[in-house]
Amino acid sequence: MEAVRKGASVVGVLGKSCVVLGVEKWAAAKLQDTRTVRKIAKLDSQIMVAFAGLTADARVLVNRARVECQSYRLTVEDAPTVEYISRWIAGTQQRYTQRGGVRPFGVSSLIAGFDPDKKPQLFKTEPSGAYSSWKAATTGKGDKSIREYLESAFEPDLDDGAAVKLAVRSLLDVVDGGAKNIEIVVLTADAPAETLSEDRLEQLAEEIEREKEEEAKRKKDEDN
Amino acid sequence: MAVAAVDMSFMEDPSIFSKSRYHQDDEDNFNLADLRACEPQAFAMAPVANPKSFCLDIKKSGEAPKLMDFMKGTTTLGFVFQGGIIIAVDSRASMGSYIGSQTVKKVIEINDFLLGTIAGGAADGSFWERHLNRLCRMHELREKERISVAAASKLLANIFWQYRGQGLSCGTMVAGWDKKGPSLYMVDDQGDRHKGNVFSVGSGSTFAYGVLDTGYRFDLTVDEAVELGRRSIYHATHRDGASGGVARVYHVHEKGWTKVIAGEDVNKLHYMYAAEKNLKGDE
Repeated sequence: MEAVRKGASVVGVLGKSCVVLGVEKWAAAKLQDTRTVRKIAKLDSQIMVAFAGLTADARVLVNRARVECQSYRLTVEDAPTVEYISRWIAGTQQRYTQRGGVRPFGVSSLIAGFDPDKKPQLFKTEPSGAYSSWKAATTGKGDKSIREYLESAFEPDLDDGAAVKLAVRSLLDVVDGGAKNIEIVVLTADAPAETLSEDRLEQLAEEIEREKEEEAKRKKDEDN
Repeated sequence: MAVAAVDMSFMEDPSIFSKSRYHQDDEDNFNLADLRACEPQAFAMAPVANPKSFCLDIKKSGEAPKLMDFMKGTTTLGFVFQGGIIIAVDSRASMGSYIGSQTVKKVIEINDFLLGTIAGGAADGSFWERHLNRLCRMHELREKERISVAAASKLLANIFWQYRGQGLSCGTMVAGWDKKGPSLYMVDDQGDRHKGNVFSVGSGSTFAYGVLDTGYRFDLTVDEAVELGRRSIYHATHRDGASGGVARVYHVHEKGWTKVIAGEDVNKLHYMYAAEKNLKGDE
């Protein structure tokens, strides 16, 4: 949908034992308090969602998904799997495409987290209500270019550091302004989600710059 | 992201918690009439002003004394041990002092790995447990894995809770072996649900508990456990007038359940146990 294509870029990466979600932060107006604009939300203790598209639609969807997670816990006495809640969100989005008098949710979301058996999962849902599982996914403005980069650079079973770097690097390609316009959240099976600090992001950005230069130099040497 | 105040309207109607998880919201009008024909929501209520307090009202008005006093004339028991779960039941159906049948099946085979027992109203128990089978199957199709015993018993408990006070009478035990190992839940018609290791339900339960509690150990062998179940049922049928017929014993294990004793006449058991003690059995 158009709204999604114009939305801020979002990327998700599956590591061996972690999942990483990264979003592009809109450059805030000077008077705006950036802390109130959170694009990565927690659905359940080990499930996070990041979305691209209409923020208001996403907010409603996230609220309902949170209630659904708790309802599932109440009835089944176990945490919901990422697949279950993705299916539920996708089903909700689909219902709004097939009814009179309502419009579809203009939101595409990346749902990342751990199943009760500690397996990391990443799912992507679209306004049409389709959902699928991904090893690394992206949506939003930079969808095409980030996906091309991920397809070339992704490897299975990345360790935590490598997964984070992959996410940061793919976002840096499309985001103007560098590390301060990126937000990264890392989730592991047993610990609460960790939002990387600005300093850490600056550090990573510098490392990535250096790696890029080294790669460029190596390529030039090979060509010669 | 700025989160609006959470919408708590779902708390206003507590009965929605007992709706089947697979119930789609009415607002979407997607429900196929025949699919919903058996859903609890589509059931006709008692044709009185206030169906939810039907039973209490009848008792208070004194119009039909004892009509709604459901007695659970039966003995069922279940216990968890190292080899799984033993379920043992009697088979007598009584209506007051009239014995309706001596060959009732009080264990419902919900599916290949879940067993349910009925004490109380046989119709209530068997209908809702078969309904539970349908819900379990739907869960399996949707989630591509077996439902857990906790979730299955919760579904049943929620259904009973929804009909609380309207005249359902059923004390059941749900037993199965899932990812977390063997689990035994006791669910009754008030919507009560308890997980435990030893349960006995029915009018003969007090007698059964006596023998069961004396002989119970977690590390019983399968044969010892089956014998304990059979013996407890026998003792209950001997002293409780509303229990009798035959004793049936099932064993729930990792691969599902097995019907260990299809039905042994408790009369024969009486003389058998008496002989073990060198008595004639006529004392």
